[in-house]
Amino acid sequence: MDLDPVFLSRLQFAFVIAFHILLPAFTVGLASFIVLLEGLHVTKRDTLYLRLSIFWTRIFAVSFGMGVVSGIVMPFQFGTNWSRYSDATSNVLGPLFAYEGLVAFFLEAGFLGILLFGRKRVPPWAHFLAAVMVAVGTLFSAFWILAANSWMQTPGGHELVDGRFMPASWLDVIFNASFPYRLAHTVTGFYLTTAFAVLGATAWHLKHRRNVAESRAVMGMTVIFIAIFVPIQITAGDLHGLNTLHHQPLKVAAMEGLWDTQARAPAVLFAIPDEKAERNRAEIAIPALASIYLAHSPDAVIKGLKEAPPSDRPPVAPVFFAFRIMVGIGVLMLGMAVWGVWLRWRGRLYTNRLYQNACIAMIPAGFVAVVAGWTVTEVGRQPWVVYGLLRTRDAVSPSLTGADVLLSLSLYAIVYLIVFGAGIFYMVRLARAGPPEHVELREPKLGERPARPLSGAEADA
Amino acid sequence: MPPLDLVPVWTIILGVSVFMYVLLDGFDLGIGILFPMARDDDARTLMMTSVAPVWDGNETWLVLGGLGLLAIFPLAFAIIMPAVYFPLLLMLLGLIFRGVAFEFRLKETAHRHWWDRAFFFGSTIATFAQGVVLGMFVQGFEVTGRSFSGTSFDWIRPFPLATGVGLLFGYTLLGATWVVMKTEGDLQAWARGRATIALYGVLAFIAMVSVWTPLLHEEIARRWFSLPNLLYFAIVPVITGVIAWGTWHGLRRDSDYVPFIGAMGLFAMCYLGLAISLFPYVVPYTHTLWQAAAAPSTQTFLLVGTLFLLPIIFMYIGWSYYVFRGKVTAHDGYH
Repeated sequence: MDLDPVFLSRLQFAFVIAFHILLPAFTVGLASFIVLLEGLHVTKRDTLYLRLSIFWTRIFAVSFGMGVVSGIVMPFQFGTNWSRYSDATSNVLGPLFAYEGLVAFFLEAGFLGILLFGRKRVPPWAHFLAAVMVAVGTLFSAFWILAANSWMQTPGGHELVDGRFMPASWLDVIFNASFPYRLAHTVTGFYLTTAFAVLGATAWHLKHRRNVAESRAVMGMTVIFIAIFVPIQITAGDLHGLNTLHHQPLKVAAMEGLWDTQARAPAVLFAIPDEKAERNRAEIAIPALASIYLAHSPDAVIKGLKEAPPSDRPPVAPVFFAFRIMVGIGVLMLGMAVWGVWLRWRGRLYTNRLYQNACIAMIPAGFVAVVAGWTVTEVGRQPWVVYGLLRTRDAVSPSLTGADVLLSLSLYAIVYLIVFGAGIFYMVRLARAGPPEHVELREPKLGERPARPLSGAEADA
Repeated sequence: MPPLDLVPVWTIILGVSVFMYVLLDGFDLGIGILFPMARDDDARTLMMTSVAPVWDGNETWLVLGGLGLLAIFPLAFAIIMPAVYFPLLLMLLGLIFRGVAFEFRLKETAHRHWWDRAFFFGSTIATFAQGVVLGMFVQGFEVTGRSFSGTSFDWIRPFPLATGVGLLFGYTLLGATWVVMKTEGDLQAWARGRATIALYGVLAFIAMVSVWTPLLHEEIARRWFSLPNLLYFAIVPVITGVIAWGTWHGLRRDSDYVPFIGAMGLFAMCYLGLAISLFPYVVPYTHTLWQAAAAPSTQTFLLVGTLFLLPIIFMYIGWSYYVFRGKVTAHDGYH
């Protein structure tokens, strides 16, 4: 078998980033959730919210720590496996990545320590402020990374000099055409991922009749949250899709499974795309529906994959199926929101066993949707690394052989399975343990504060 | 007016970042290397506790250095990273294991021996890999056009492997003198012994590399040994010798702080010596700092935020080391 360093490098990048993205998907939302709990504690002066905040901060600490560890790997990937990408794009993208790192560094050095270990050392308002700063910091990190990512999808604000991208306008680089849509869709997705993880953990406690008062409070507010944010996310996703249709019509054609450019384009519910034959097998479709939701008119013409030669098309099947997984989870989430609101209205939210089981089953939903959505947008960008301008196969490090990358990918796989396995095991154990039963706010001794994220998991116990 | 040349500013910022990483994570990693030699479990716990509050922040300097290189010297990043493909992979995986072992060792008493091993191997592999990268840097890279054109196994050569072993001694010296500074009694006495052995190793490697490097590259030999340079640069080995003597003396004379300060001084002199040998190359021996630098607009854009955030980061770090000053005892740490 011929080992292709380009394909294996893509696989390696997909592997390390798929694991890494799970952590920000959780911590971005959790940081804001902790702000909410801290805020409720400060305003309502109810220790119930304090206990909840301590509980979720412990889990946040483990998740943030694993995010840092897996994040260190990421910037080095650009150099080791994608050196020609680094050479071509760094003048434009380098500062964006560097700002993400600086912001994360700033956070870790400053407010995270106070959030995780400072509860007994600083007044409540200062602790609340630290929580706010950490949450804002996670959003800033998302801002910079998604600005860089969006630029690769819809490059702007640059000029090409000898095959390399040079900055012409930083504002246009950062606020490129797809960035606002991607930022809104991704951050809302992160929030919902956290909300469903929190909802599921809470339902588990209610099902086992533990921490009933705390769990009821959290479940009540989480159901309201998803009832508001699932519809917002569906709208944001739709707008992002329309933006993609405008800038990357081939990606949308792959998402929809449309081969021919046509008016009255059908909405393909299910099919098995066959790239060789350039058609779908086993297709189930509703005529004209795609024209209606993509262009708001049944007679609108939608571009098909055959518009471009096969060498310029993205791989169809992964994009097509990942898109259906993402949308399917979106529909399930909407169902959970409507069901939850209805149960709450009927006063049965906290006791309905079936809903509790459904919530527990939905814990991974957001994570799966995030990875699926990421697959849609990144695989759909292929065969380009900078859309329309730099091909992925021209971006790889020329010195790498397939065997090199196979070896490194295998080592990453082994190490990640061990490390993430241990981390998830530990987070589940913390989640099962539940909030502390009572909190004792004592004055600590100087020098007692360990300043590492993961150890925050036990600092407030 | 031509744009202001920011390359010297950035060279200093990134040079300091990398040096901060080497010093700070150096003693963390050194403790990991010393781990299995410690007498008992309590000694190991105490050693770990002494760096527990700071290791995580120490590691972040590496990210800053890496991202800075990517943004400011992209061509250097694009050439060097593929050249050090496997050493870098080993370093990253080693650091992951080291970091996770730090946390789980103190929580999972049932599997403690397992995490002890992960901590030792993670630290040792990461250190050796960093030493190999250093050696490859001095050895130089095979470059065609704007890309590395050697193989991913160019690191398996005598010089990089030797510097890999040399750095093991170096970080062990930093780690052992750190333990001397942070502990008392039996553990401190034991660390003094280890530090002395490590010091001999470090001095042997400094001598070896000082002879080997000019033999590798005529240009470096000319820089050090031609007149009048020889007169100026002769001060470097003289100061190194004085610091080495001071460190050795401090280890014998029961001084708590002198050995660690001396160890840091030795690292500073080696770093200076390296800078003298390699300047102005950022990709030895094909691209200078200026040739590999990003567009002035890129440098300016990143400098604005960096100059704002870096002083705050320094202040915090100073404060954090101040809070955790003094000796660690069995009562410190995790509860």
